[in-house]
Amino acid sequence: MTVKLPIYLDYQSTTPIDPRVIDRIIDVMKNDYGNPHSRSHSYGWKAEELVEIARRQVAKLINADEKEIFFTSGATESNNLAIKGVAKFYATANKKHIITLTTEHKCVINSCRDLEQEGFKITFLPVQKNGLVDLNALENAITDETSLVSIMAVNNEIGVIQPLAEIGALCRKKGVYFHTDCAQAFGKIPLDVNKMNIDLMSISGHKIYGPKGIGALYIRRKPRVRIKSIFSGGGQERGIRSGTAPTQLIVGLGLASEIALNEMEQDYLHIKKLSKKFYDAVTALTHVYLNGDLEQRYLGNLNFSFAGIEGESMIMAIKDLAVSSGSACTSASLEPSYVLHALGVDDELAHTSIRFGFGRFTTEEEIDYAINLITKKVEKLRAMSPLWDMMQEGIDIKSINWKTH
Amino acid sequence: MAYSKELLEHYENPKNVGSFDKNEKGVGTGLVGAPACGDVMKLQIKVSDDGIITDAKFKTFGCGSAIASSSLATEWIKGMEIDKAQKITNKEIAEELSLPPVKIHCSVLAEEAIKAAIEDYKKNKGNNYSEGDSEGDSDGDSKDDANEDKMTVKKHKKN
Repeated sequence: MTVKLPIYLDYQSTTPIDPRVIDRIIDVMKNDYGNPHSRSHSYGWKAEELVEIARRQVAKLINADEKEIFFTSGATESNNLAIKGVAKFYATANKKHIITLTTEHKCVINSCRDLEQEGFKITFLPVQKNGLVDLNALENAITDETSLVSIMAVNNEIGVIQPLAEIGALCRKKGVYFHTDCAQAFGKIPLDVNKMNIDLMSISGHKIYGPKGIGALYIRRKPRVRIKSIFSGGGQERGIRSGTAPTQLIVGLGLASEIALNEMEQDYLHIKKLSKKFYDAVTALTHVYLNGDLEQRYLGNLNFSFAGIEGESMIMAIKDLAVSSGSACTSASLEPSYVLHALGVDDELAHTSIRFGFGRFTTEEEIDYAINLITKKVEKLRAMSPLWDMMQEGIDIKSINWKTH
Repeated sequence: MAYSKELLEHYENPKNVGSFDKNEKGVGTGLVGAPACGDVMKLQIKVSDDGIITDAKFKTFGCGSAIASSSLATEWIKGMEIDKAQKITNKEIAEELSLPPVKIHCSVLAEEAIKAAIEDYKKNKGNNYSEGDSEGDSDGDSKDDANEDKMTVKKHKKN
């Protein structure tokens, strides 16, 4: 069997849409184009019915009530809405402190930075070497002024899974709200807002084989979490998120959620098999290090540092694979990934990291092709790397007085 | 980001990858950059007695532009007088490869690597001839190196 090149291994960035979802979306666009907020005719009623079915499908996947699901444009909006919404609503009660992690997605970090500018106090909690939160440090960081703890479920860069149930229990005990960015987790690992004591959860459509431009925010009703909405408008989504609900995208997210629920076990076994094969082959190249905890991990994300090989040259060498560099070297900045930095990964290793993402539509042939290509290119690039020579000669590259520029 | 044909050619089929023994007579080694910045370039030259660069090699840890810049630099300086090689600027390298603005530092590094290799060659030359020559600043440690280098000189002359 021939493989189509380049092979898509960037499932954390986005996923292909499941063909079943595409068919459904097209059907809705053709036939059910009514505005779900129109009350005066059947086009509106039908669209509203479709939106409500999707709301139930999303809710079911996380064991929530459908009234607790609010559609947004995606996880970035949901994270902004959750963090700024809770912060601003409870600020009057003298709760002006928020805790998050240094390894969160930029939209969480920057939402917090914005609040900091407005006078809120933010604690950016460091993580352990394996990328996981230190629960004792979290407990110690919570004060009487804390309104919210925001910790992601699955890290987008390195794939580690934070201990949600433990964090939820701690937050409940301390009487602070727990928000979790589940963009990379929703539909991929079992989530239960009640068992895990999650108060707010951000959800994305395009990470679970659904369309881009749609997501949701779960907001707990019992005990009720209040938020201050960001958009002014017609008061749709019960005042939480004004703007016409995009029926076809919502239907797509709903169906993608239903498929994810029904096929989670199947997806997991498929990804586990590919992931193990890939991990074994790549680590056999020696001096290749997995970033983040090996056990507490979503297996569809493997982020490796290839010692002696700079990440961008590696990406150019394996151009038959669509992957992304953990390092931000492709941008104007020379700074390596802030997430790897937070794990205490040395700069020189952070510059060598590549993230490989697999999913529902990745085939074993594609993985074999990838392994073969990576093996060849690692050899070639190390043969031209002065750092690799030094490592082979047993020279500690830290002992050299480099002139940083 | 779309790279130029020249850059891709130097990246995919880099010229002059390899190393010389840095203690060999006539060899100068430049090692510039830093692993923490994501670029390290090692550029080596072999210089004849009349000051011509007869051969050049490189090894580079860095992005595709850094690898291409070093490959191009070694190609250019081969057969060049060291005084002329000394004058190669990063601008010429960047233009030849059509480096995008964010990659200009790669050409800067290549220029620095050439200069560092020439400087090292001159320093070694000074040390080698320190016993009889007034040119070099001699120190005790270089004596063994100097002897070793004389042996390699003989070998070279035979060739």
